[in-house]
Amino acid sequence: MEAFTTHTGRAVPLRRSNVDTDQIIPAHWLKKVTRDGFEDGLFEAWRKDPSFILNQPERTGATVLVAGPDFGTGSSREHAVWALQNYGFKAVVSSRFADIFRGNSLKNGLLTVVLEQKIVDALQELTEKDPQAPVTVDLEAREVRAEGITAAFELDENARWRLLNGLDDISITLQNEADISAYEAKRPSHKPRTVRI
Amino acid sequence: MGRTLAEKVWDDHVVRRAEGEPDLLFIDLHLLHEVTSPQAFDGLRQAGRPVRRLDLTIATEDHNTPTLDIDKPIADPVSRVQLETLRKNAADFGVRLHSLGDVEQGVVHVVGPQLGLTQPGTTVVCGDSHTSTHGAFGALAFGIGTSQVEHVLATQTLPLARPRTMAITIDGELPEDVTAKDLILAVITKIGTGGGQGYILEYRGSAIEKLSMEARMTICNMSIEAGARAGMIAPDETTFAYIEGRAHAPQGEDWDAAVAYWKTLKSDEDAEFDAEVVIDAASLAPFVTWGTNPGQGAPLSATVPDPASYEDASERFAAEKALEYMGLTAGQALRDIKVDTVFVGSCTNGRIEDLRAAAAIVEGHKVADGVRMLVVPGSARVGLQAVSEGLDLVFKEAGAEWRHAGCSMCLGMNPDQLAPGERSASTSNRNFEGRQGKGGRTHLVSPQVAAATAVLGHLASPADLSDADVRTPAGV
Repeated sequence: MEAFTTHTGRAVPLRRSNVDTDQIIPAHWLKKVTRDGFEDGLFEAWRKDPSFILNQPERTGATVLVAGPDFGTGSSREHAVWALQNYGFKAVVSSRFADIFRGNSLKNGLLTVVLEQKIVDALQELTEKDPQAPVTVDLEAREVRAEGITAAFELDENARWRLLNGLDDISITLQNEADISAYEAKRPSHKPRTVRI
Repeated sequence: MGRTLAEKVWDDHVVRRAEGEPDLLFIDLHLLHEVTSPQAFDGLRQAGRPVRRLDLTIATEDHNTPTLDIDKPIADPVSRVQLETLRKNAADFGVRLHSLGDVEQGVVHVVGPQLGLTQPGTTVVCGDSHTSTHGAFGALAFGIGTSQVEHVLATQTLPLARPRTMAITIDGELPEDVTAKDLILAVITKIGTGGGQGYILEYRGSAIEKLSMEARMTICNMSIEAGARAGMIAPDETTFAYIEGRAHAPQGEDWDAAVAYWKTLKSDEDAEFDAEVVIDAASLAPFVTWGTNPGQGAPLSATVPDPASYEDASERFAAEKALEYMGLTAGQALRDIKVDTVFVGSCTNGRIEDLRAAAAIVEGHKVADGVRMLVVPGSARVGLQAVSEGLDLVFKEAGAEWRHAGCSMCLGMNPDQLAPGERSASTSNRNFEGRQGKGGRTHLVSPQVAAATAVLGHLASPADLSDADVRTPAGV
């Protein structure tokens, strides 16, 4: 995973609530067996509408998505995170994310930032008025900064440490091999098994 | 202080707990399917890691599988590659796989319980959000992303922050024609698609205790549609009776030890939940969705709501967008909504009791002109059971299409899709824009409402059928 420390870029306001993962990446894209090449599937249905915000020339190259509440609901597809990253997004801001989507994003280095709805509203207004306005998402300082806006955000210390250092979860867990083996040794025999080994 | 059911199961699976770190939880059962696993196996290959516990891992094919011509090569080359990738990965790593054509193939959340692998007090994960289904057994079961699939394959554990707990207490008697599906749709409408966020829900109360295992699975299945991490129901005699004798149920002394443990799996009297919702079962009615998320629902007897009636601006905007997409007008009676397609199936309502309920209603009737009814069993075994009971014939005689097992039109990754503008009454779990096919419009319903709707051609409950002049003598 690529480390995330701080990022400054232009933002796209997406004024919709309950943006589900079927909208972020429709199911037919899920047939791919790689982690890349999902950029054209991002918001595929909405992008057919010329007035959709991502189709506006001034939004080209934007890297921060400022979304409505309950972003990423629905299916567990990690492809939704890959699609956002493949398209070029580095961070998503919302007042509330669906749990699985949030977990997936933090495991891939896409920073999902939770801010109060009134601050999300302010960011959306700012970037609607000025598509060039820079927005900074600073994980070291745990702060989002834009013209006239400085907002602190929370992220648990462990997730932050993993992101800042770009650490792979599996190797961290495997450092606890002794604990896992000890647990396995005391599991009751009535627990289900898929095959006898 | 006492503990909740969720807390007990959680505590029993902690491999490592340390200050400032998420708990490391042991995973008892890992279910795999073709869509969310290829990149995980690739990750293992790149790191040179094996699957740690093949004996706690099982795979099946469901999302891409066709429901017609299953003996022929899969027509869609991309779907075929994905299924072939799973077959190769399973063979390379030694994972037990039930492929298309195998008697144990089917929707992953139907297969686990049917094999007796889903048991009380276990942790169950799968790269699929509807893993919450297995919580019906008192298991802690939740959907995970592909990075976590790789993590579980490599370590049989997951680092997780402990969610809060919410009790959903439903006492009383469900009225006639009101099913588990109506109940969970009403819960989601009440608490909203984000209402369960950060929580493990525990469904309890006398109305829940009276439900069959399959009905309990329908309820837990849709916990994710309320945003919850998982949904659980305390195991009881109904649960034990369902598991006993299944292929992977504990045997002999193990059975006795298991049941003794399972009986401890209920929330203590003095356990405190972080939140509680109370619903009176008697107040419920057949329920359908009118919008584009599962929280946009109403009793079938109601009308399409007016977006202006929502105080919250974002809910109002969402309702406006939903009506536009669904082609509905505020104030229109839900019963007046005509459909083109009826889908009976999915991990929500594709089990034998669901098929029996739908068959009992269509028996002696014909599917309305211009309506296509698809019946897709949740697993090959459910399909065989239905055939042994003659349900396939009931559906075919009514003019419905009887298909092979899979996820099918729930999400249209296989050829079973809605065309743009087509409208369905569907027993599945999501009415998102384009979920069942680009431009398709979905109304979520129970199997009973689906069957009545198929006969009448508009959203309807079984009670509407008694007045309908369409009944032909049985056996004709």
